Amino acid sequence: MCRLFALTSTEPVSPMRAVRALDVMREGHDGSGVGLFLTGLGGPLGALADCPILSGILTSEGERRLNQFMDDKGFTLRHRLSWNLPATPPPGTPRRGLYLVAAYEPPDRWRALPPAERELNILRTRLELKHMGLEREDITVFSFWPDVVMLKEIGDPLAVGRYLDVDREDLHARQILAQGRQNTNYAINLYACHPFFIQGICTMTNGENTAFVPIKDWLTACGVPGYEGYHSDSEVFTHILHYAVRRLGLPLAAYKHVITPLPDADMRSHPDAAFLEQLKAACRKLIIDGPNCVIGCLPDRTMFMVQDSKKLRPGVVGGRPGLYAFSSEICGLDAAIPERDKTRDFQPMHLDTAIVGPGCEEIEICRQTQPLPQAR
Amino acid sequence: MPSNAAIAPSTLSHVDLPWRIDWTGDKCTLCGQCVAVCPVRAIELGVFRKREIKASFGLSTTSENQYSVRYGIRQKTDPGFACIGCGMCDMVCPGDAITPRRNDEQPKLRMHANKGGAPRTRGGRRNDRGSLLDQIKFVRISMLTDPALDAGRHEFDLTTMIGRILPPETALETLRNQGWMPPVRKIYPLLIGGMSFGALSPNMWEGLQMGVAYLNEELHMPVRMCTGEGGCPPRLLRSRFLKYVILQIASGYFGWDEIIHALPEMKEDPCAVEIKYGQGAKPGDGGLLMWHKVNKLIAAIRGVPVGVSLPSPTTHQTKYSIEEAVAKMIQSMSMAWGFRVPVYPKISATTTSLAVLNNLARNKYAAGLAIDGEDGGTGAAYNVSMDHMGHPIASNIRDCYLNLCRIGAQNELPLIAGGGVGKNGNLAANAAALIMLGASAVQVGKYIMQAAAGCVGSEGDRCNVCNIGVCPKGITSQDPRLYRRLDPEKVAGRVVEVFLAFDSEMKKILAPLGRSTSLPIGMSDALGIGDKNAADRLSIRYCV
Repeated sequence: MCRLFALTSTEPVSPMRAVRALDVMREGHDGSGVGLFLTGLGGPLGALADCPILSGILTSEGERRLNQFMDDKGFTLRHRLSWNLPATPPPGTPRRGLYLVAAYEPPDRWRALPPAERELNILRTRLELKHMGLEREDITVFSFWPDVVMLKEIGDPLAVGRYLDVDREDLHARQILAQGRQNTNYAINLYACHPFFIQGICTMTNGENTAFVPIKDWLTACGVPGYEGYHSDSEVFTHILHYAVRRLGLPLAAYKHVITPLPDADMRSHPDAAFLEQLKAACRKLIIDGPNCVIGCLPDRTMFMVQDSKKLRPGVVGGRPGLYAFSSEICGLDAAIPERDKTRDFQPMHLDTAIVGPGCEEIEICRQTQPLPQAR
Repeated sequence: MPSNAAIAPSTLSHVDLPWRIDWTGDKCTLCGQCVAVCPVRAIELGVFRKREIKASFGLSTTSENQYSVRYGIRQKTDPGFACIGCGMCDMVCPGDAITPRRNDEQPKLRMHANKGGAPRTRGGRRNDRGSLLDQIKFVRISMLTDPALDAGRHEFDLTTMIGRILPPETALETLRNQGWMPPVRKIYPLLIGGMSFGALSPNMWEGLQMGVAYLNEELHMPVRMCTGEGGCPPRLLRSRFLKYVILQIASGYFGWDEIIHALPEMKEDPCAVEIKYGQGAKPGDGGLLMWHKVNKLIAAIRGVPVGVSLPSPTTHQTKYSIEEAVAKMIQSMSMAWGFRVPVYPKISATTTSLAVLNNLARNKYAAGLAIDGEDGGTGAAYNVSMDHMGHPIASNIRDCYLNLCRIGAQNELPLIAGGGVGKNGNLAANAAALIMLGASAVQVGKYIMQAAAGCVGSEGDRCNVCNIGVCPKGITSQDPRLYRRLDPEKVAGRVVEVFLAFDSEMKKILAPLGRSTSLPIGMSDALGIGDKNAADRLSIRYCV
């Protein structure tokens, strides 16, 4: 079972803080990989609010092809992080050609486009790059979105964190999702590493998703660009959230009603029963059925944690105003925010969505039995 | 038969018959019950005269014949009275003196069961023990990272939905605009398939209905039963229990006059309306209730004269084409209940199922598609139709599901699979396999007859006289002397037991797969089979 750790803060913090928390929970992951999602960036990348940031790993040939592709599309490079990596990567980590984190100015003609179309174009650009890279295995892209950086690498999280110097100031971020990987297959594919990302929405999960195949079959067929890949059965959690929030216009509190709807008997006494019954029927194909803890982040930098309907995975939320963390285990939370009031820690149960808004003021608990906020 | 008598082409001996009666004279009490109970009069009282020659010693007395008479059982060899192997003689015999035994010899009766040029008709099943569904295994067992669930402790939601389910975006949009939402019923995924009042005896039908009502009212299992094409008793139409019933309309429209007239007095809507276009047992053929079974009660409910055979036309004659029939009938039936009742067609499994499916996918009033595979049973059909016509259900349902996946409409147009589910007793395993291949629900008929009422039919051409009203168990007979053998209360009790046992077995299948929150429709990654060609055809795992 993987270990998850997420931080949300009013001030940018070092991703190393999250990586260290993962290291404390090392009994729960096998050091086979780490994934980081960073948003609310504090450095120069954060200042480029309109410039999507491309995150990925390239070979030198891939770099050449990428530059050509971006030039052809009319993107202008605005800022790029450079690394002075140690000569030898940590044990288990391959030597890569290039870790790319680069912000691009979109083509001029995109300026006049409505935001939704512009965002779709950004998504399509990432997908084109991904497909290009898969052809020759020279380009791997994790995200392409303003104010979002993603790093994924094979190896022990702490060693990789140090190797990639994630402590550097220009990677400090207000919202950080980090996963220490428990590899369940020997063929490690970076596209199978959490967190997963689409259009500003990011989630990571531990536990398997036994309903993966029917869910994947539907998502693949529903015609939404970006619903593809599925090297990991957890990628569907990200896409379901995307579908619920962006396509259905549902509030975050309804996400749990999509993936783990209330049993009929409990539904009947719910104030929004009529709506929820229809939602359950219409989204039946998106019901998950595994032991899962999902931690995610929305484009407005709201962070949350939900559990499966039987609460078969651990998970805790705690912190203090201005800094909160979501962790698989309490020891991870202790390592990251030792100064917090532990009596206010909260472990979401089978009906709960624990939410910390972008202002990091408090932990809001949405129980599935409560009325839903007005749908957008 | 005297040895010098004329032999006709159809003169058979006991060796040529499929079943032979073993009778033991010294155990027989000569009570005559076996002769009385035999549904086909295959046995009769035999009076055997025996001659013994008493040869004398010496010359003073002459030898003489002595005659004795003994009584016993004689099995007829006339093809019209061939034993059907039902075993009722064995059941009633107080001395265990009689039992039917399957002949080792290839029976010749088949070549002679066409007297008067009429091919054999019968009820029952396909008489083929083979079952691909039985070969499917559940191979994705949850271990370690996703621990298996506990079938006895965890909560399971085993319900499914029948009715058109709108795509999520359309559904929410419709809800916001307070538009028309197609009716959807949440039901148990094991349906009692269409067996008509007429095909079944009143006691059997009543027993099934009582069992279904108990399951719903007392055990809160939303089990539904389809009427078949034969109408519905007037009191049931006007009762609150109608909501547990799927009304079937077929090409003969039998009983629909009564149903339409009852509409204003209905307290509840029926669960759904099934429009039968075909069935697995006799695909391309209409329904058939033979005259033997059309008594006064059946005639009244169906609105027909007594004692006439009731063949339904092969297609719905009032419509121009099947596409038009489907579209118009679905809309007409929907309209009759104010668009509050799901209406779906039932077809025979066929290589053209996909064409029907694609038609329905574009019809927003279509609430599903029921497909009946070649192993479906029936009350009456031509032997050749039952044995040789039709398409197996597994690949047909799989093709339809995968086609729905391609257009992103899986679970939006529910597929109901039938035909051969539990034919060898593996009801839950067969049903779960079909669900994981893509069915939203499964229909059973023969299994319920066997399990709930003790139908003696088997896949070995045993009994199979459902068509002529002589069912020895009273299940498919309209003769009160026969159906009074069947206690409706006990049938109801067995229905409940069957569903409870099924429910437990389903949980025992789903729990190790880590599934409990929703029915695993299309969870094909859980399935494996040891036949490479079948695995490829069904897009499931090949496991050896």
